[in-house]
Amino acid sequence: MADMPGTRPQLGVWKFASCDGCQLTLLDCEDELLGIAERVEISYFLEASSAPGPGPYDLSLVEGSVTTTQDAERIQGIRAASRRLVTIGACATAGGVQALRNYADVAEFQAAVYARPDYIDTLATSTPISAHVPVDFELRGCPIDRGQLIEVITAYLAGRTPDVPAHSVCFECKRRGTTCVTVAHGTPCLGPITHAGCGALCPAYHRGCYGCFGPSNSINFPSFIPLLRRDGMDTLDVVRVLRTFNTAAEEFDAASRKELSG
Amino acid sequence: MTHREAKVLKVESLARVEGEGALQLRLHDGEVTEAQLRIYEPPRFFEAFLRGRAYTEPPDITSRVCGICPVAYQMSACRAIEDACGVVVDGQLAALRRLLYCGEWIESQTLHIHLLHAPDFLGGDSVIDLARTHRTHVERGLALKQAGNAIVELLGGRAIHPVNARIGGFHRVPSRTELRPLEERLKRARDDAEATVRWVAGFDFPDAGIDTQLLALAEPGTYAIDSGTPTAMAAPSTVGLPEDTDRALPTHTFPLPTFPDHVVESQVPHSTALHSLLDGHRHLTGSLARYAISGRWLPPDVLQVAREAGLGDPREGTVCRNPFRSIIVRAVEVLYAVGEALRLIDGYDPPPRPCVDVPVRAGTGHGATEAPRGLLYHRYTLDTDGAVTAAALVPPTAQNQAAIEQDLLRSVQERLTTGPHPTDAELTARCERVIRNHDPCISCSTHFLDLTVEYG
Repeated sequence: MADMPGTRPQLGVWKFASCDGCQLTLLDCEDELLGIAERVEISYFLEASSAPGPGPYDLSLVEGSVTTTQDAERIQGIRAASRRLVTIGACATAGGVQALRNYADVAEFQAAVYARPDYIDTLATSTPISAHVPVDFELRGCPIDRGQLIEVITAYLAGRTPDVPAHSVCFECKRRGTTCVTVAHGTPCLGPITHAGCGALCPAYHRGCYGCFGPSNSINFPSFIPLLRRDGMDTLDVVRVLRTFNTAAEEFDAASRKELSG
Repeated sequence: MTHREAKVLKVESLARVEGEGALQLRLHDGEVTEAQLRIYEPPRFFEAFLRGRAYTEPPDITSRVCGICPVAYQMSACRAIEDACGVVVDGQLAALRRLLYCGEWIESQTLHIHLLHAPDFLGGDSVIDLARTHRTHVERGLALKQAGNAIVELLGGRAIHPVNARIGGFHRVPSRTELRPLEERLKRARDDAEATVRWVAGFDFPDAGIDTQLLALAEPGTYAIDSGTPTAMAAPSTVGLPEDTDRALPTHTFPLPTFPDHVVESQVPHSTALHSLLDGHRHLTGSLARYAISGRWLPPDVLQVAREAGLGDPREGTVCRNPFRSIIVRAVEVLYAVGEALRLIDGYDPPPRPCVDVPVRAGTGHGATEAPRGLLYHRYTLDTDGAVTAAALVPPTAQNQAAIEQDLLRSVQERLTTGPHPTDAELTARCERVIRNHDPCISCSTHFLDLTVEYG
């Protein structure tokens, strides 16, 4: 059953602006890593900075957002060399926390951090991979969930679509049997609008969801935001919680702008 | 890029990191004149966008600086903000934080030892060779790493960017019963950790030393992890000793709030990481520094294993300045962290509340903890409404960058003056090893990583 060495599907893992946490998730699959490695050649950072290698890659996992002109070019080459391209995590899928620059003057940001901003090459925005190339699948989360990553890899190896539900965290909370932190304690929680995948971790630890998996497939901000206000969040709190790890997600971006425009 | 009588060597493996990390050597007439560790990681501007955020947010936000040591960021952020607000978190809450931190140490140091560093000593290019030739050691390493992750997952919810830490303590604290399965697992991990020390102690180590100051937190009586006072040990040359001396040298401490006066950052054109110097001179943070400064407070059983592994006894004024041997120190730190985790679980008595109140007040606070790669300093200024108005993060790799460059210069020069002229490939391999010895943060270190595991 095992393929001959060298004929196994090629897996590429690519990094853009990010914390490395999503690709580290692959190394955190201690129990499954060896099994996956039987079926694919896992290679990290195979390629030179200026151009992707010969490829082709059967599956490319892309971590991170695009924040430099070089990276905007690099993703084109990776796309061209990849049969399937899957973004992993909030940076690659929704710009990441570094997309907070999208609301600011990036020159001022540079001056705030660096004494010599002229040494620093950066774009004014942090954008998701899908803003640059077609993406076959987007895996959510800051960071991604280990189980979902394995599902994505095995699904593409088997030639099927990954089974990754797009419903909200609330479903996972119910399945886990966790008492609703909003109903029971009046804790503001983004669970109703946040994409499932984490297993409803935060409510299980007695805190409200902070939306690190980004928007779910069914959100209704006009009825949801009054709940946050009822539970004590003011306009700035609402804007801040929407503008964190999935800042450039369309739905979060639009809702936060609407909040500010009153 | 080639000049008359001069040559610029770019280390390909580092350049193979998508532009984020590279090494450039400048050679001239058989001398190396410059070594630049170029960190190209695109800037993400944390210190800029933290301004205007609520004082409760930096632990979650700054954990996203680094997916391999998120707990370190959360803990340094909590300490700094609590300091600004005049609150000290102690007792069982502090013990739980230390337990969480032990999990990250075990996980992160084990990753470096087995997946990044060990192949250098065993002749392989990657862990694929190790999996073929040293399978039991690789599997033991994965099990040990998993035990560390199990601590972080239980206390924090998940191994990467855990969700349970907050200003003042935790959102939820575990019961004693919940910790019990961890105890069983850590007892097995202790055997694995000890076997790992003995394994790496058997590697061949080139003679080497590093002539820099060593900087670590110190907390007399314990091996500092989550708190302590910055303590610096002098560089050997300043007291007329060779760089590879194993003698402990005079130390001095400075209060944490004066950290910005001592560790001064500057910017160099070739790096998006700011360079730091300690009192104007290069310094090194991380395992070698910690062992030199806190080693004498390791428990006797851990010290015994360290001594048998050839590290000498810090209680008798012996330290290790050989960067190649840092892999042994890391393994000893893992052994310590496993034992410390067991001790903390054994003494755990659930606190009545998961966190203490941290009423906000205007001011500036400082926090420092020992990330696996070295001292991580945070500073925040808050206004009366609890908004962050200024933030500064000084990570260990930025502090180590100047010392790593010096180590590269020394190592390349040593090679140029002995034997036939080295090929570029040989110099490349040599430089990679030098850099890996210092375990630069993952945005550098994973860039070396070629991971393939195969069944034979």
